[in-house]
Amino acid sequence: MRIGVPREPGARETRVAATPATVVGLIDLGATVVVEPGAGERASFTDDAYAAAGAEIGDPWSADVLLALRTPDAEHLDRLAPGTTLIAMVGPARHPELLADLARRGITVLATDAVPRISRAQSLDVLSSMANIAGYRAVVEAAHRFGRFFTGQVTAAGKVPPAKVLVAGAGVAGLAAIGAASSLGAVVRATDPRPEVAEQVRSLGGDFLAVEAGDAAQESTDGYARATSEAYDARAAEIYTEQAADVDVVITTALIPGRAAPRLLTAADVALMKPGSVVVDMAAGQGGNVEGSVADEVVVTDNGVIIVGDTDLAARLPAQASQLYGTNLVNLLKLLVPEKDGRLVLDLDDVVVRGVTVTHHGEVLWPPPPISVSAGAGGNVDRAPVEPAAATPVVAPAKVASPARRYTLIAVAFALLFAATAFAPPALATNLTVFVLAVVIGYYVIGKVHHALHTPLMSVTNAISGVVVVGALLQFGQHGTVVSVLAFVAILLASINIVGGFAVTRRMLAMFTKGPAS
Amino acid sequence: MSAGTAATAAYIVAALLTVMSLAGLSRHETARAGVAYGIAGMAVALVATVVLAAESLTAGAIALLAVAMVVGGGIGLWRARVVEMTGMPELIALLHSFVGLAAVLVGWNGYLEVEAEGAAQTTVAPELVGIHSVEVGIGVFIGAVTFTGSLVAYGKLSGRMKSRPLTLPGKNALNLGALVAFAALTVAFTVTPSLGLMIAITAVALALGWHLVASIGGGDMPVVVSMLNSYSGWAAAASGFLLDNTLLIVTGALVGSSGAYLSYVMCQAMNRSFLSVIAGGFGVESGTASSGTEEGEHREVDADAVAEMLAEASSVVIVPGYGMAVAQAQYPVADLTRRLVERGIEVRFGIHPVAGRLPGHMNVLLAEAKVPYDVVLEMDEINDDLASTSVVLVIGANDTVNPAAMEDPGSPIAGMPVLRVWEAKNVVVFKRSMAVGYAGVQNPLFFRANTSMIFGDAKARVEDILKAL
Repeated sequence: MRIGVPREPGARETRVAATPATVVGLIDLGATVVVEPGAGERASFTDDAYAAAGAEIGDPWSADVLLALRTPDAEHLDRLAPGTTLIAMVGPARHPELLADLARRGITVLATDAVPRISRAQSLDVLSSMANIAGYRAVVEAAHRFGRFFTGQVTAAGKVPPAKVLVAGAGVAGLAAIGAASSLGAVVRATDPRPEVAEQVRSLGGDFLAVEAGDAAQESTDGYARATSEAYDARAAEIYTEQAADVDVVITTALIPGRAAPRLLTAADVALMKPGSVVVDMAAGQGGNVEGSVADEVVVTDNGVIIVGDTDLAARLPAQASQLYGTNLVNLLKLLVPEKDGRLVLDLDDVVVRGVTVTHHGEVLWPPPPISVSAGAGGNVDRAPVEPAAATPVVAPAKVASPARRYTLIAVAFALLFAATAFAPPALATNLTVFVLAVVIGYYVIGKVHHALHTPLMSVTNAISGVVVVGALLQFGQHGTVVSVLAFVAILLASINIVGGFAVTRRMLAMFTKGPAS
Repeated sequence: MSAGTAATAAYIVAALLTVMSLAGLSRHETARAGVAYGIAGMAVALVATVVLAAESLTAGAIALLAVAMVVGGGIGLWRARVVEMTGMPELIALLHSFVGLAAVLVGWNGYLEVEAEGAAQTTVAPELVGIHSVEVGIGVFIGAVTFTGSLVAYGKLSGRMKSRPLTLPGKNALNLGALVAFAALTVAFTVTPSLGLMIAITAVALALGWHLVASIGGGDMPVVVSMLNSYSGWAAAASGFLLDNTLLIVTGALVGSSGAYLSYVMCQAMNRSFLSVIAGGFGVESGTASSGTEEGEHREVDADAVAEMLAEASSVVIVPGYGMAVAQAQYPVADLTRRLVERGIEVRFGIHPVAGRLPGHMNVLLAEAKVPYDVVLEMDEINDDLASTSVVLVIGANDTVNPAAMEDPGSPIAGMPVLRVWEAKNVVVFKRSMAVGYAGVQNPLFFRANTSMIFGDAKARVEDILKAL
């Protein structure tokens, strides 16, 4: 397997998808790595450093697997052979037409920004890595433009009060911002619709401003924040207005999957802020949390408030961002190359692999079937939009099994069934049809059973197989004493089964209890 | 509408309720509703059948029928009430044997009603007698295999029989021979039905069922029990063919495929084919357990040291195995879990699919001890988190946590998916002694630098740790 790492085409993209350190990890998986000359230049990684790590310097576009930050433009895509695997942040939810184009080209695309939020996928969650960096950088940008200290001081020249910072949204970016701002010495406050993040906010030195509105408590089932209720919004708006008049710096990070960013600060709120205050709107690219913010621009309002709408915050720490992104990709490839033999295996039965695979074999596989996770640590208000996927079941390709043998077996089975039915009298044929269909239904129904319920399943099927009593009941008393005695015994035995099986299942199920919501 | 059509209609309703019952069991939230559907389905089927049968019965016969059902039901209820959760595998095996025996009896009745009567019979159209004979043969055969197989499984699980696999010379040839003999006997029976052939078929099947399960060892019991579950379903389906009864066919097939699926899951979890499990235990299959000789230094710790380790941990994963069930240690383990959670330590359980003697056995035991089911995770769900876990407690598990499965291609269990507990910071193994597990393979885990061993009865040791905490 050859892995290609291109120089990112866009002028603004400073990051690179592999660093000399992660190249070593890729080579450990049995791959050869080709790095385009100058790929790491803007992130301070020289070609020599890549070569020293074992990479070739050359043309990455002919590789089997291409690691990138952004989707390459059409001109570069033309250089990819069909069957190439592209791993990049493609934004599948926002660019359906792009997915269709990539599928048509026969490129298998793994979207690094579509990693499902389950704990074992954390090590390859690119969005968390980037959000972390962006949150830090948002504070640095704010500090840069803010004409005062963040920390309070008592000097010979007088007392300096600490700056007050409000962070809206305590997801990964929000928490990073809280940490960075409080370590600069500012007084930090944070808001979030999910009360369970209060603890995390406090652990980083911030105060959590709870929005008390009865039904406001949100429990997140998929790890993302959801839209909030009206009562909640009304109370939250009051808090933002109160805070705007008080704080010096506001950093907003609120994003809801699949929607425009919620409006948190109105123009009226901004007008209340002191001249020289700074607002960093990290959602400016998705419509903005702050009225008046402009994506990629710094706006100064009439009352002297600076609104920063930068969307490339993570890319402003190119070396750091490349390192984290590259490590996420190595972790992703570890999952895809389980044998470490340089062979890419796309196991679509794995929910993580299924989640990131957005096109494969010329088909668009986005959106993936939904999985519900309980996101424990690390919030997520600041994630790029990822649709809470509507259930469009996609047929996953069959598992690896020798296809020839498999098809032969299927053919033999069908031939036997055909012969059995064709030569059987009509009554038997009907029974066979019923039988075959019931087997198939049984297979699909049972396949979904949760592993913890296997024992109850066995005892319930046990009870159900006691249905053989029906046969004995129909034979009882029809054909003389011997038949009746045998039938009597059969009825007795099967009844033990039916009642015993159901009773014991009920007893078992009554024991299964869910823990207190954690 | 006649009694006949009404019964058919009721059977369709019952069959659908059965499907809904199995579908309901797929999730915890709907499992109880699933059982309710199952009970409803069974009630509909029974009422319809009793009404249908009562048409041609005397009052005395109906009373006898009721007695059989009430007595049987009473016994079932009593057993279900008193059974210990650790005894669940035995109970289920025993119940399978009842279905098997009932199917044999139904098959014999089929013979007595039709073939034994010769030309005088009126139950089946004359041109269909041949098919009926084949159905009798198959029905009796499956039922009898299920019956003796389940009895042996019951004996092994309850300790009334040795759980070591029986190794008769040429045992695979014996099994195969029995199948061939059955086929030949059934053909003969179809051509000229006779009591002697009927007895011969039954005897061959009884012997095969006994031998099949007797040659499989205790650790493969999850596969065996689910296999027998499957057989009991096929036995019911065969009775359905025999009696031309759609409900029996449908429900039998559902149960049959459910058991087959579970067997498949279990086999996957051991990385072995179904045939190799049936053909015998690990030791027999691999001949030499060459890697069973690896020795090294193991480190022993006492309960106080483990308590200290746990107190300092941030996350703990408990990996239970059959040993926990044997020692009845689930209650102290549950107490330990609660105590650790109160201290703010994250505690989860990692369950290998073949842990215990029954699919899902560990889950039931932990549920009995009131461990919330949402912290009890499957192998695949927890494996990647083990590396970031502070302490793993391995309680009565051995082969399912053996690193040799992944690292030593020569090991008899090579390729079997295992819980990668050795990646955790610390591993504590609760064990009676340094003896090898079911597969007869030495476990290199015990000699790793981050592993400590705590010897003795798992229940007593866990209680010691609770005291020390």
